[in-house]
Amino acid sequence: MPKSTPSARFPDRPTPGKASASSERSTPVVSVTDGQADILARAQAGDHHAFAQLYSIHKRRVYSLCLRIVGNIAEAEDLTQEAFLQFHRKIETFRGESALSTWLHRLAINVVFMHLRKKGLQLTSLDEMMAPDVAQRPHSSFGAPDPILSGTIDRLELQRAIDDLPAGYRLIFVLYDIEGYEHNEIAKMLHCSIGNSKSQLHKARLKLRDALRIHSKKEARR
Amino acid sequence: MIENSNHMACAAFQAQLADLIGSGVSIAGNPHIQSCENCRALLADLETIAEAARCLFPLAEPPDALWEQIESAIEHGRTAPGRG
Repeated sequence: MPKSTPSARFPDRPTPGKASASSERSTPVVSVTDGQADILARAQAGDHHAFAQLYSIHKRRVYSLCLRIVGNIAEAEDLTQEAFLQFHRKIETFRGESALSTWLHRLAINVVFMHLRKKGLQLTSLDEMMAPDVAQRPHSSFGAPDPILSGTIDRLELQRAIDDLPAGYRLIFVLYDIEGYEHNEIAKMLHCSIGNSKSQLHKARLKLRDALRIHSKKEARR
Repeated sequence: MIENSNHMACAAFQAQLADLIGSGVSIAGNPHIQSCENCRALLADLETIAEAARCLFPLAEPPDALWEQIESAIEHGRTAPGRG
């Protein structure tokens, strides 16, 4: 599965961070300021208006990230609020080793992750949480060719299938496939192994494929 | 017999698949993928799903009231999310 460049695949995302040298998605980081040096400096000095400007610049990305991961508007609003409150508290500690958007995005991911952990998510035991239909049959694709999806996807059904993913699968699926983070970055942010990140992503995709195939077969029978 | 051997090759390939994803190695160049229609279909499906998902989540705008809540929380020194 060759991957295109980050800018082609993720034109509107902030630079996630440094990627591994071997990765095809690696992105040279890091400019310090995002062109917001002056605003940032004023916000760091306690200028509330400048902080409001930073909120205005970054609110959509942070809110969208939260919404993509939790899939619930009220929760996403709470998490966005918490992320910006933490941002406000920690803004003085930002030293510009990464782009501000990267730093803020990671802070938001940490907020979401801690929230999911409070709700019982344990990445290390995701294998146990996995639904038996996928967990018990990793080789379900063997046998006769069954290219049910054949390049077309029912968007509504895909949305439904993503909504039905266990929280941990959804988290890693969103971070890798939608936000464009590398496995090594995900592993670092979520304190899990790279292998675990890869494994959860793969299982998430298989689960989505299964759901879409079931739907496709039902549609074909109509 | 041949079918069993094919299944074993698929099993071996699919067992590695999670590791291959995101490794930077070209999966399309894998010898098994070049000879196995079933695993090619699996890969094509997984890639199609990933591509479709990327288009599924446009950037969303938080409600205006959220900033008011954040402002109020900053003013009152709150750190935990509090709705309303």
